[in-house]
Amino acid sequence: MMAFFARFTFTGPSNWIIQRITAIVMAAYLFFIVGFLMTNPALTYDQWSALNSLLSMRIFTLVTIAAVAFHAWIGMRCVLSDYITVRLIGPKANGLRNVLQLGLGFIILLYLVWTIKILWGL
Amino acid sequence: MLNVSIYRYNPEVDAEPYMQDFEFDAQGKDLMVLDVLEKLKIQDPSLVFRRSCREGVCGSDGVNISGKNGLACITPLSEAVKGNKLVIRPLPGLPVIRDLVIDMGQFYAQYEKIQPYIINNSPVPAIERLQSPEERAKLDGLYECILCACCSTACPSFWWNPEKFIGPSGLLQAYRFLADSRDTATEERLANLDDPFSVFRCHGIMNCVQVCPKGLNPTKAIGHIRNMLIRRAT
Repeated sequence: MMAFFARFTFTGPSNWIIQRITAIVMAAYLFFIVGFLMTNPALTYDQWSALNSLLSMRIFTLVTIAAVAFHAWIGMRCVLSDYITVRLIGPKANGLRNVLQLGLGFIILLYLVWTIKILWGL
Repeated sequence: MLNVSIYRYNPEVDAEPYMQDFEFDAQGKDLMVLDVLEKLKIQDPSLVFRRSCREGVCGSDGVNISGKNGLACITPLSEAVKGNKLVIRPLPGLPVIRDLVIDMGQFYAQYEKIQPYIINNSPVPAIERLQSPEERAKLDGLYECILCACCSTACPSFWWNPEKFIGPSGLLQAYRFLADSRDTATEERLANLDDPFSVFRCHGIMNCVQVCPKGLNPTKAIGHIRNMLIRRAT
């Protein structure tokens, strides 16, 4: 499990492409939500609930959260492999980095499951 | 009098590095930083730094001048002095051997990795391998690199992963051979760079462009390599 999380990565080019595509998805979602809030200044619970009960909106939200998951996984692995290294903090770095990556993977999976639970009211 | 603060470290004597202050009279002249170092060395012969051509060609005297990497021989005091103070440190990120002299082994190891020579196994022509003026023009802005290491040692990605990330200087040279019409090892070169570290640790912050004493643009070259890698992968 630990080794899987430590090694689970994409190649350089696919990392780069995934970061860009997920960034576009997140930006589109952000623009949509901000736009929706600005065009509905007196937003009621019913309006908000109606929007989020649309299947297309649920899928849009789920795709966005999945994009956040991939973006965070690649980005945070990049940060961890920059700063949690043997060079910077000594021999304990490799173990610590694996533990942090495992924790990160767990949190990301938790958020994904939680999102599905919220969206479909499970 | 100009206040010059210089990084000193002699591992045989000093427990740790320290900054030594000198007073220097430039007599109103806009000297180069290297001139100041030469004159201070007369005052204190134990001061150690590298230098050779003293005209920005050899790349020996790369140092960190008032916070910015550059060649001491072509950086005038008028650019380097801030508030009557000149601070000279070794290039950051590589081990210090003594005073301003750094161990460039890691830098050269990355340079070696990109195979900095033309690879072409086709039979050698009688005279030379010809190149059109247009093909030759593609090498402009790439071949001029003098390997002074100012760019790579200004790059945080190189500081954090000097064994894995090639660094701006090495990548500029990598593209110099990828762009060369006489070289036939494009696929092999790209395969060697295709991992999450070698090229893709560049996040485009352009420190390398800001400090290059030859006015080159490693970030642009890295962008070209990245596009080649992405085209190859898709």
